[in-house]
Amino acid sequence: MKVSYFVSAALLAAAAIPASAAEISDGKVKIGILNDQSGVYADFGGKWSVEAAKMAVEDFGGKVQGAPIEIISADHQNKPDIASNIARQWYDTEQVDAIMELTTSSVALAVQGISKEKKKIDIVTGAATTDLTGKQCSPYGFHWAYDTHSQAVGTGGSLVQQGGDSWFFVTVDYAFGYSLKEQTAKFVESHGGKVLGEVRYPLGSTDYSSFLLQAQSSGAKVIGLANAGLDTSNSIKQAAEFGIVQGGQRLAALLFTLAEVHGLGLQAAQGVVLTEGYYWDRDDKSREFGQRFFKRTNRMPNMIQAATYSAVTQYLKAVDKAGTDETEAVAKQLHSMPVDDAVTTNGKVQADGNMVHDMYLYQVKAPNESTKDWDYYKYLATIPGNEAFLSEKESGCPTAAQ
Amino acid sequence: MTMIFGIPVQALLGQLLVGLINGSFYAMLSLGLAVIFGLLRVINFAHGAQYMLGAFVGYLLLTYLGIGYWPALILAPLIVGLFGIVVERLALSRLYDTDPLYGLLFTFGLALVLEGIFRYYYGVSGNPYAVPPLLAGGTNLGFMFLPNYRGWVVVASLIVCFGTWALIEKTRLGSYLRAATENPRLVQAFGVNVPLLLTLTYGLGSALAGLAGILAAPVYQVSPLMGSDLIIVVFAVVVIGGMGSILGAIVTGYMLGLAEGLTKVFYPEASNLVVFVIMAIVLLVRPAGLFGRDA
Repeated sequence: MKVSYFVSAALLAAAAIPASAAEISDGKVKIGILNDQSGVYADFGGKWSVEAAKMAVEDFGGKVQGAPIEIISADHQNKPDIASNIARQWYDTEQVDAIMELTTSSVALAVQGISKEKKKIDIVTGAATTDLTGKQCSPYGFHWAYDTHSQAVGTGGSLVQQGGDSWFFVTVDYAFGYSLKEQTAKFVESHGGKVLGEVRYPLGSTDYSSFLLQAQSSGAKVIGLANAGLDTSNSIKQAAEFGIVQGGQRLAALLFTLAEVHGLGLQAAQGVVLTEGYYWDRDDKSREFGQRFFKRTNRMPNMIQAATYSAVTQYLKAVDKAGTDETEAVAKQLHSMPVDDAVTTNGKVQADGNMVHDMYLYQVKAPNESTKDWDYYKYLATIPGNEAFLSEKESGCPTAAQ
Repeated sequence: MTMIFGIPVQALLGQLLVGLINGSFYAMLSLGLAVIFGLLRVINFAHGAQYMLGAFVGYLLLTYLGIGYWPALILAPLIVGLFGIVVERLALSRLYDTDPLYGLLFTFGLALVLEGIFRYYYGVSGNPYAVPPLLAGGTNLGFMFLPNYRGWVVVASLIVCFGTWALIEKTRLGSYLRAATENPRLVQAFGVNVPLLLTLTYGLGSALAGLAGILAAPVYQVSPLMGSDLIIVVFAVVVIGGMGSILGAIVTGYMLGLAEGLTKVFYPEASNLVVFVIMAIVLLVRPAGLFGRDA
């Protein structure tokens, strides 16, 4: 116990020395993109997020305060232990200044814990849990893009308003599913809706017919899918097979992005209501970014990939403004600077680290409504940032309350 | 509405039908395993990979050659069966005289190699394979909405399973096969080409896996991991039914599909587990399996 205490104290000291010795430590700024590059979330963020990060560096000019910027990446396979090892190695021996992306809530929480301990910046764009800026917040941790609260308010709220006042949840049986379901249920009930039931299924199931039949026979007006990635795609595909939408029930995919819509195809995904913070065909600014991303990767970015661009850009701006990559100074800049770039408009970082910005409600188009490639969404509504995200008082972040 | 244990009868019937559909895949796959084990005494760990191969052959035929579902339904099992024959001739046949563990290790390695190759080229996200237009849509049965394609899966698997059972239990060729299992030397002395019989058996078992694969392609995503997701359950089915018992494998396959369907109604969190609980109980009470003979 004592030994490990001394070791971490020594490491902390070691990490702090170069920062005070030079303006930019080790003569370069190194950002690690750590996410799932081969598993169920490989298209959700994956190597496309790495491309977005590289794009941000190129747009920034490749240098900050005269020092070169480097992006490195690794596959954490959705396993917190593997992610923790990589994070420690990056911080301890490879002079990584900040880790970003971090798809999968359990991984994000683990790496944010390590970053806090080692006094390093982490910016999460791929994970959903509100705990990142709540109970387990870090003074050096930031959350971009979306969280379970924004998804619940966006998709849940709009469907309640449209008369979807009775819900049945199909929930993936682990922490992320529970929190997504609970936040949505709370929101539905506080707006006069009713939750008729829930079925929890094991992660990575391939056959959803049984769960969907239970949802169907509950008679609920809305079936809430509290899951993500391939699980959501499979549930939606099989719901179409069993005629659930034709039967008059609506499907609410609580976490569903452009990447999954593309994989599923409009035929199966049409009519699904979803919440995203970025869609390429929203305005001139987003179209310009989307098309530049498309030229590199042959696909349009979703909100996770776009937010990774935004996060890297904002971090570099903060380093530039602080004149150093020392953690305290950069974190201070990140907390105070407004976020305004190619993908985010009017973003503001709260004391708990949450980047608050507007979210948008979309509905997936029917195949005959889509006029060009990647023309997938119909705009429904804008959810103002202060409604979409918890305020720093509500978040439960101990350091933000001070 | 009539209720049973607090569940409406209609919902229960729907769940049972869904269970039967999943049971169809279990039955077809465990049948192939049981045939191979019964006659070759080889535990074919590559069975899941061969199932995946069947689905991919269908997908590749459609994508690169424009060959649709119906021809693929014949071609995919033939191609996978041929692949099985090549594997048996080149490698597996050389392992018959060694410890059964070698056959198991070889097929396990083969499965890893096949999966690795497809994962390298096609990723894990899966590729879509459309339901053939003839079977698109669904039928309202009153108690549930049955997608036509899933109905077809049940019918097709029943035909295949009982066809195979009849081939082995009721025909002359089948009697040679069974005799070759009992006493290969004696059968060979009667002028029957036993090695050829074994090769054909492995080909048949592989073809059955390939057929299940192409049948599964429109229901699930065509993905390199689809076989390994299923193979463990299928092994449990074979153990419960009794190693090498063909009828046992078929009946147990359907039964476990139903049991799983019921679990999904009453306690869905355990739906991935119930098959193994049943396996543990059966092994305790009847170690030879439900339909197995005590050796």
